[in-house]
Amino acid sequence: MSAFIELDNVSKTFGGGVFNRSSMVVAVDNVSLSIHEDQPSITTVAGESGSGKTTLARLLLGSHDPTEGKMLYRGKDFTKLTSKERLRFRREVQPIFQDPFESYNPFYKVDHVLEAPINNFKLASSKSASKKLIEESLEMVGLVPEETLGRFPHQLSGGQRQRIMVARALLLKPRVILADEPVSMVDASLRATILQSIRKLNRDLGISVIYITHDLTTAYQISDNIMVMYRGTVVEAGTVDAIISNPSHPYTQLLIESIPQPDPKKRWGEEPPQSDWELTDDVLVGCKFADRCSKVMDECKSIRPDQFKIGKNQMATCFLHKDAGKLSDDDLTSTFSYAETTNEKA
Amino acid sequence: MTTPDAAIRTYRKGASISDKDALILEDFKVYYGTPRGTVKAVDGVNLTLKQGERFALVGESGSGKSTLAMGLMRLIRPPGYIAGGTVTLKDKDLTDISDEEMRLTRLSEMALVPQGAMNSLNPVMRVEDQISDGIIDHLGPKESLSKDDMTKKILELLNNVGLRPNVARLFPHELSGGMKQRVAMAIGISLKPSMIIADEPTSALDVVVQRQIMQTLGRLQEGLDATILLVGHDMGLVAQFADTIGVMYAGRLVEVGPVDSVFSNPKHPYTRLLIDSLPSLDEKKDFVGIPGLPPQLINLPSGCAFEERCPSRFERCPKEIPEALNLGDRRRVACHLFENEAK
Repeated sequence: MSAFIELDNVSKTFGGGVFNRSSMVVAVDNVSLSIHEDQPSITTVAGESGSGKTTLARLLLGSHDPTEGKMLYRGKDFTKLTSKERLRFRREVQPIFQDPFESYNPFYKVDHVLEAPINNFKLASSKSASKKLIEESLEMVGLVPEETLGRFPHQLSGGQRQRIMVARALLLKPRVILADEPVSMVDASLRATILQSIRKLNRDLGISVIYITHDLTTAYQISDNIMVMYRGTVVEAGTVDAIISNPSHPYTQLLIESIPQPDPKKRWGEEPPQSDWELTDDVLVGCKFADRCSKVMDECKSIRPDQFKIGKNQMATCFLHKDAGKLSDDDLTSTFSYAETTNEKA
Repeated sequence: MTTPDAAIRTYRKGASISDKDALILEDFKVYYGTPRGTVKAVDGVNLTLKQGERFALVGESGSGKSTLAMGLMRLIRPPGYIAGGTVTLKDKDLTDISDEEMRLTRLSEMALVPQGAMNSLNPVMRVEDQISDGIIDHLGPKESLSKDDMTKKILELLNNVGLRPNVARLFPHELSGGMKQRVAMAIGISLKPSMIIADEPTSALDVVVQRQIMQTLGRLQEGLDATILLVGHDMGLVAQFADTIGVMYAGRLVEVGPVDSVFSNPKHPYTRLLIDSLPSLDEKKDFVGIPGLPPQLINLPSGCAFEERCPSRFERCPKEIPEALNLGDRRRVACHLFENEAK
């Protein structure tokens, strides 16, 4: 069976042109991955701002076309879909955005965001059927319909608003949900409830979730697999357990080290060097992390490292691991594990 | 309160906190007058910061932590007003001085480092002009800097915050979030204040940049021997950075104490829930949020404001507002549960 969505050596480049190659930004650089419908999992895409994680999400949503490479939806080239197939794709892949304040029109009651998809996709034949659908999906994310419906966005908390967005996505019975930093704008005390409802979707309804974040602690808590991006390249990928316990790329190590642990006894080490690549011209040769890397070697500056397979469930794009051998398949999701790991742990 | 010359122990390497009081808040109140009634955003806060201390004020959005920070700089706009209490900085009551005196106190003695990554910089001014603007405006009437001295000063400030000299000629849109935050810090320390108020300085930045910014801020603070009031909601950041933590809930301070003892042994049920709701990298567990929502500040319950959400409430809680109890070891908690432990 072909994958639900497959990216085949996809790159996305912004800006530049025939005469001005230096202003070109490679937002996503040669990424291959696949999402399988029969193996629902939560996959985290982690990285700092500018690492290309949101561009990757937009590629998967079909709102950017790849500059190079191909995206396949149910085995078919995405650019060659019929309008009917495209509509189906729009229903099956749903986004949840970062800002629960901006995704609402303040003049409409919150019911509006829930009714719109029902009308657009003709999910209900009558008003009462539509109401029933809305109430079901609100209950699914732990909201009480009577306390939520009929209110304006400003009357609800950020956490409630974000959960309504999850409920909206749910109405369409999607196969994949792309959550782009869904909790970065809400208070720490409310994060837990939102993440819990996202995890429930995955477990109970078998929806695959792509969770985009720069927060590795929540990623570790909810996801099965993870890919770490740096300047458009996936520098490390695999199961979240493998990577958190044994981070192999120096960038992943820096990320994990920099997490502000809520424990005064585990304080940060020395201040890491600043990166100022935003002010310099894009380095097009060698490893992109070389200028900040504490373990930089000569070859890093001239040759782009391949994807090296470190263990069954881990790969890193770093010459430190070249003895491990290359990943046989370009598709980095081959390192992922889809066993019901979250259920076992629960 | 404390005995003179008592060394204050912290987890910070090379920390020197003197026993001198840097900032004292007594029964500090900031209210907002609204058509529906008075919102008591900060309601009777008592607090003492020592010279060289890093004090972190945490709380959910709407707990009054930012209002407190703005209030003690007298930067509250109507309908907000300071409803009572005193703010003492270097033996001067800031609630009692003239507007002009207050203006000169800002930046030169007490500086704000805002959320620079967001929109506190002027988009049409070069970095150097934004830095000199503050210096010119807040220097006393008799002091001034020559053009050369100003250029030298700006380059020195940029160097201190870890920016290259060419940043001086750039506009904010040419900088990354972390660099904008560094510019905001350069402005904050430009007149060597003894008190720095940092209002969520890293809220929109990612972890590595956040760490760099906080470590730079710490380095600057130690260089100036200044006191820092850090306002935020990230408990992880507080654990990494601060010496002392104050937890705010519904306009009141519910717990104060040294970070290590508060994190290892939180007293107030709210503090305990806040710490428990943090995800960690050590073990996978189900998330626990704090049930319920913070109360509306407009008509606060007659008893403890946290009572409705509290797992350990008892009959006294809805009736009586808990007073701050002194538990010794620089710890204070406002909760009826600890009546017997009070000293």
